[in-house]
Amino acid sequence: MKIAVCIKAVPETDTRIRIAADGRSIDRTDVKFIISPYDEFALEEAVRLKEAKGGQVIALSLGGDEVPNLLREALARGADEAVHIAAAGIAIDDPLCVGKTLAAALKGLTPDIVFFGKHGVGGDNQQVHAIVAEKLGWPQVTVVTKLEVGDGRLRAEREIEGGVEVVETGLPAVVGAQKGLNEPRYPKLQSIMQAKKKPLATKTFADFGLTAAEVGPEGAGLAVTALRLPPPRQAGRRIAGDPGQQAAELLSALQNEVKVI
Amino acid sequence: MANGVLVFAEQRDGAFKKATYEALSEGHRLAEKLGQPLSAVIIGSGIRHLANEAAHYGATTVYVADVAPLAKYSTDGYVKALTEAIQAAQPSVVLAAATAMGKDLAPRAAARLDIGLASDVVETHIENGALTVTRPVYAGKAFATVAFQRSPAFATLRPNVFPAASPDASRTAEVKPIGATIVDALQARVTDILAAAKGKIELTEASIIVSGGRGIKGPENYYLIQNLADALGGAAGASRAVVDAGWVDHSRQVGQTGKTVSPTLYIACGISGAIQHLAGMSSSKFIVAINKDPEAPIFKIADYGIVGDLFEVVPKLTEQVSAMRQN
Repeated sequence: MKIAVCIKAVPETDTRIRIAADGRSIDRTDVKFIISPYDEFALEEAVRLKEAKGGQVIALSLGGDEVPNLLREALARGADEAVHIAAAGIAIDDPLCVGKTLAAALKGLTPDIVFFGKHGVGGDNQQVHAIVAEKLGWPQVTVVTKLEVGDGRLRAEREIEGGVEVVETGLPAVVGAQKGLNEPRYPKLQSIMQAKKKPLATKTFADFGLTAAEVGPEGAGLAVTALRLPPPRQAGRRIAGDPGQQAAELLSALQNEVKVI
Repeated sequence: MANGVLVFAEQRDGAFKKATYEALSEGHRLAEKLGQPLSAVIIGSGIRHLANEAAHYGATTVYVADVAPLAKYSTDGYVKALTEAIQAAQPSVVLAAATAMGKDLAPRAAARLDIGLASDVVETHIENGALTVTRPVYAGKAFATVAFQRSPAFATLRPNVFPAASPDASRTAEVKPIGATIVDALQARVTDILAAAKGKIELTEASIIVSGGRGIKGPENYYLIQNLADALGGAAGASRAVVDAGWVDHSRQVGQTGKTVSPTLYIACGISGAIQHLAGMSSSKFIVAINKDPEAPIFKIADYGIVGDLFEVVPKLTEQVSAMRQN
């Protein structure tokens, strides 16, 4: 099987966000980038599928200078080759432009299945995998917590409110991985050494036959006009007393001040 | 010329969801500000009766795709019906709830129309006749103001944020059937729905959440959190530490790599308040922290802080809430 996995470089989840001077983006000074946590489940599932069925795993990532190191990490975790799609000229915060670029890159690779994390942590759009599926004309299954891939078909369980939907579809298909799908492995030292020898190509959007009008700022669906931090919350009051008194006073506040009970 | 607001009115099992009423209500408010009509689209099978209800929330036109192949959710079947409604209504704004279904459906429909979609919106603004929205990024550590470069503007609304209006049963709507060309050849189909324990309230929909952190010491004590949540009629959540330790299922995780929630009341029990967790819950209207460490960061954002042992305070609280409920 030819298996593709798309990963995104995102700020570490405990990063304290600061707003950049342009007022529309985050200050990237001293920000450490990691593979978006949900993409780790996507990568692990891709590698497990290869181990079960044979084939190869190709990892793709669209972004700037922070990407090559993370693609090396993906190679160490079991991907066979990697493609870095350079961010230059692409509206990389716009889901539509990112989706179109990845769809064009994937079309040339003709994979049987494409994995994404259910969403890229940070942008929190939860859109790109669905856009890619649409642009390729393939079925999608998002927020997947269990996956079985058979002969030309898949069966997936996806999380919905208060339950699980069981979805069946043919291949090729796009799968969005949710936490719980698997337990990602840590790369062994030997795998890290081997990863250095695996192929890592760098491409631009033009290599996929795309134009700046399609995937650059003028092709964007959205424009972020401002970014701000939330107003800081103030600490309220402490409730003292023995546990019974504390419970009683809190309950009274919930009734009279919060008015939810 | 684009005109009006169209709301995807999500139904499951023949009934609207709470988030659907919120989306219809917000759609109606926007339509009034724009001086344009509200329409709704309802998709499923055996769901025609819901058109009246959409009218009560202000829709003057209701597109109804009531066909057998759409009895269960399928991405491509629903995308076909939704895009057909958008093409028929030619709206300037399209809204859906940011539910499991909305998050699966909306980006694909937007991609088909080659337009932008703003996800999980928490504020809307009309300026000079155009919609801009505010949405959380970095799980709520920052908020982005977003403008739409293409028409229609398309947004999914975070559940539990926009108030539902009171329905007016005297309102009526024109019903327009769509979806006649949708035949039974869908790409992906839902073959089964495995329901969680009956009566379990989904975190993102709950107006009260009680969460447990490392302070609960082990999975055998999570019942304390669940019992309080049950007594309050809310949902039970957890911190990442508790989920990663395997004490509770990941579907209960609140935080940057779990769910971002904004209930009316969030009660954090034995949760220290790592930035990862705070990101997912700090937009709650009221926060209660119960923790034995007076220096725990969670107290800095809590409206009510109880320094104490959760093993003593939480059962007392459950007991008093239950007693009050019985009276």
